[in-house]
Amino acid sequence: MSTASLQSPAARQKFIVCEGNEASALAVALARPDLVSVYPITPQSSLVEHLAKLIADGRMDADIVDAEGEHSVLSVLQGAALAGGRTFTATCGPGLAFMFEPYFRTSGMRLPIVMSIVTRDGITPQSVWGGHQDAMTVREVGWVQIYCESVQEVLDTTIMAFKIAEHHDVMLPVNICLDGNYLSYGAARVTVPEQAQVDAFMGEKNVNWHAALDPMRPMAVDPLTGGAGGEGPATFVRYRKGQCRGMQNALRVITGVHEEYGRRFGRHYAPLVEQYRMDDADIALMTLGSMSGAAKDAVDEARDAGKKIGILKLKTFSPFPVAALVSALAKVKALGVVDRSVGFRWNCGPMYQETLGALYRLGRQVPSASFIGGLAGADLTVEHFHRVIERTESLLHGFATTEPIWLNEND
Amino acid sequence: MSAHASYPMFDPAKAGVPDDLCPIATDINPMLPGDWRSMRPVVNRDKCVQCAVCWLYCPVQCIVERPAWFDVNLATCKGCGICANECPQRAIRMVEETGT
Repeated sequence: MSTASLQSPAARQKFIVCEGNEASALAVALARPDLVSVYPITPQSSLVEHLAKLIADGRMDADIVDAEGEHSVLSVLQGAALAGGRTFTATCGPGLAFMFEPYFRTSGMRLPIVMSIVTRDGITPQSVWGGHQDAMTVREVGWVQIYCESVQEVLDTTIMAFKIAEHHDVMLPVNICLDGNYLSYGAARVTVPEQAQVDAFMGEKNVNWHAALDPMRPMAVDPLTGGAGGEGPATFVRYRKGQCRGMQNALRVITGVHEEYGRRFGRHYAPLVEQYRMDDADIALMTLGSMSGAAKDAVDEARDAGKKIGILKLKTFSPFPVAALVSALAKVKALGVVDRSVGFRWNCGPMYQETLGALYRLGRQVPSASFIGGLAGADLTVEHFHRVIERTESLLHGFATTEPIWLNEND
Repeated sequence: MSAHASYPMFDPAKAGVPDDLCPIATDINPMLPGDWRSMRPVVNRDKCVQCAVCWLYCPVQCIVERPAWFDVNLATCKGCGICANECPQRAIRMVEETGT
């Protein structure tokens, strides 16, 4: 940033220090939604409090609906989106669970609603702290899910989310996943773009061209579809295939929107899979979200010690970027995947399980291990990642396990 | 069918909207509540004093005024029985539809 000239886009942006939740709210305001509907839940609460304050202070021109619960929150947004509005909400954990029925309906109705998940571990045991269990649990419901590493990335990606969701080849809801505690409450220096710059980036809003609550062009939205008779089965399959196509299109659109954002604002992010120090790397770690900072520090130290190691950081988790991942894994000889949640069915991390699927397409066996850490607010430090590196290296020398390695087990 | 279509229904093909996005129906369903009602209200003309309480309470506004009594438009009546329950004269009783 210090080298930015007066004419560069970066020079027209201002610096502030704020937490991830506030950065989310500022980004939402810059995207100019027509309506937000909110219900507070830890660790998301301060995000929606910031939204309410922005509106009360006249800094954001949007209606706000304080609904009686998350199920209503998302239902309100569905109506607003069908009426042509740009919409936003945020939730996590039990709130996301209570929202599940309209959550499923949103992707099926192809409504480009943006919702932050301030990720929180699953109950029970009772916990109010961060973890990816909530977002991972709903990874198969047809929403685009993008994870952020830093507060700045939260702000930038939240702006981009609206453009990705509303792209006519996508038309799907988008979750911005920011780690509860570590990003929601983590304060950092953040560059905030100018409103005029964001307006130019966003372009014209047109969210209900495909389905609308409009008396001038009557239609029944989401009628009974499917069954075993008549046109039912074929009609249902047509809509499901459309959803799958939208998800696959999202990979291309996410990439394109990130490129345009980088050009306009001077901040570039790997849209699907970031390759960190992967040149000539024999060993790769896979990370997701805020843990990636500590992982990069550990890898820097390991590189200083002469180890050929790098990181693949997933940014887009849904749709799963299989092709980008397979290409990034082409020369890897050992892989350690670190999850901040649990996959109960496979006794490993969910990202590890999905990566095994991608490895099949690679066409060769890669020794790999699943690491689980950072549950329920636990910290993942550089020290933890040195242990990840050590165990992943040992895969090259005969170590093998089908059990996950629990990083905070002896903290 | 055409009687309740004030505007032409949305035509996704003409609008260039792909038919694999949000499920929508663009044909008007010809079914009316009278096609699936299980109970029908029957008005006793001798007891009806035209107080219009049934007309006030009917949720689908299917009560119609006749010269000397209030009657029911059985095409749109869904058979909820609110009119029979509210009638101060007990002039309306609910009778099972027999499917004829």
